[in-house]
Amino acid sequence: MSNSIFGIHEQALHVRKDRSEVLANNLANADTPNFKARDIDFRKAIHEAQGMEDRRFKPDMQRTNSRHLEGFAEMTTSDHLRYRMPTQPSLDGNTVETHIEKAKFAENAMQYQATLEFIDSRIKGISGALKGQ
Amino acid sequence: MSLFNILDISGTGMHTQTVRLNTVASNMANVDSISSNADETYRSKQPVFQTILDQRTGEPKGGVRIKEIVESQAPLKMEYAPNHPMANEEGYIYRPNVNVVEEMANMMSASKTYETNVEVLNTSKQLLLRTIQLGK
Repeated sequence: MSNSIFGIHEQALHVRKDRSEVLANNLANADTPNFKARDIDFRKAIHEAQGMEDRRFKPDMQRTNSRHLEGFAEMTTSDHLRYRMPTQPSLDGNTVETHIEKAKFAENAMQYQATLEFIDSRIKGISGALKGQ
Repeated sequence: MSLFNILDISGTGMHTQTVRLNTVASNMANVDSISSNADETYRSKQPVFQTILDQRTGEPKGGVRIKEIVESQAPLKMEYAPNHPMANEEGYIYRPNVNVVEEMANMMSASKTYETNVEVLNTSKQLLLRTIQLGK
């Protein structure tokens, strides 16, 4: 249902939120030995989310009784996590390069805001139409 | 799925860096704590970080924590000072194995990482506030 209103932006917001968590985790672990920095492949994640569309709200769960509720699933992005290739090796096996992670985090924050902007204008448009303005 | 998970992640990052700053302060304060035998001498303390794994999925997604605080195995500095009141029978005093330059570098690194985590927290807070205000 909601997919038809917000289009791809709903899933995009979800992926961007997950990505910000992954990047924040990289930055928090900037000094952890043997920690490997990771990132979400946004293109792949959003591509799969698009393919799932309605299916993501209805996983294959059998209802053996008419009173059973429909299954409800969350979208997951963990399949699209990739390890970042470090530009410089470090002695303790940590691959977090703070400046790169910071740049990616800022980039993701901007994109998150853009997605919010799209959703917001969609809400405004619909409420305007409802009010007949 | 929690919307506010990211705030926890930055929180753990800030916490571990505070502990690291504390150990630096402790090491620096004890740099001149001399002793007359090797066992009682202060040894430089260093925190070891570990990433927190998600309970459910085992993914490293929950931030960072202090695994343990280890004592440096570097040799203690022995100094020949027979006139020192703390000197042992051979005339030696023991100084802690604190490397002041190393500690200063440690301090700068810790404060930088702390700042980064604060920045992440602030940015995320603004984004979340905007999300809450959607459609207003």
